[in-house]
Amino acid sequence: MKVSAIITLKKDVLDPQGKVIHKTLDGMGFKDVNEVRQGKYFEIDVKENDPKKAQKIVEDMCNKLLANLVIENYKIIEIQ
Amino acid sequence: MKSAVITFPGSNCDRDMHVALNKFGFKNQMVWHNDNELPKSDLVVLPGGFSYGDYLRCGSMASKSKIMQSVINFAKSGGLVMGICNGFQILVESGLVPGVLLRNRYLEFICKNVFVKIDNKDNPYFKNLNKEVFEFHIAHNEGNYFCTNDQLKEIEDNNQVAIYYCNNNGKTEEKFNPNGSLKNIAGIFNKEKNVLGMMPHPERMIDKSLSGEDGSFFFKNLINNIR
Repeated sequence: MKVSAIITLKKDVLDPQGKVIHKTLDGMGFKDVNEVRQGKYFEIDVKENDPKKAQKIVEDMCNKLLANLVIENYKIIEIQ
Repeated sequence: MKSAVITFPGSNCDRDMHVALNKFGFKNQMVWHNDNELPKSDLVVLPGGFSYGDYLRCGSMASKSKIMQSVINFAKSGGLVMGICNGFQILVESGLVPGVLLRNRYLEFICKNVFVKIDNKDNPYFKNLNKEVFEFHIAHNEGNYFCTNDQLKEIEDNNQVAIYYCNNNGKTEEKFNPNGSLKNIAGIFNKEKNVLGMMPHPERMIDKSLSGEDGSFFFKNLINNIR
């Protein structure tokens, strides 16, 4: 199954890259932006056909490696 | 006194550290990241560099290397483990010291000499040092120390801040903070003070004619403390 996960910075953590992207967008004329936060997206093809088990495996990966839970949150957004 | 420096793919300060340790009396051994066992050591050093190309998050891949289980066991049994720069990033990713290292505040790679102040000498690294302010070199893109409010309280309650960024007189004001680190933190200990992680490179300050000697004071004192 293909499991998709996104990893985002927690609310209180400074995101300097997001800030610079926001400034650049502003300079390009996109004036209606309140804030930009940058994150990561993973697509993981696991050798497991049960969606619940596949989700568990990727959650385990997020907890142990893909996310640093001090500053980041993760969310499984799609299983197919 | 025996030391071991771990080389990860992408480490580039491992040989500098090897030279520094040997210069001040350690018998150093280089250890490959894929080895299972540490040689018998009084000090283990995780060196600076760009382990695994800084993929995912700096230090995250290296923290799962084969040798790291052995390093973690060594640290948990009270052994001295020091992580410099990328080594500090590996320490936070392995959970041996609290917090994380984010990208520098202004998104720039910083390579310059800085002054740091030693706050607490009640530990095996700084005990007996007769100076508080040191000039060391920093070279990093992700040295912006961050932790949660709960972690910060615990770190401060346990005197775990090892060094702060400061000026040449030891003033630890925000304007002397090169990278945006929380409270000017440049290095921290674990609770037991046997694990030290810091961004500055003492191994780059061991030759009067090339750089400076503040690293020499640090290493000379360290080996005397371990003896």
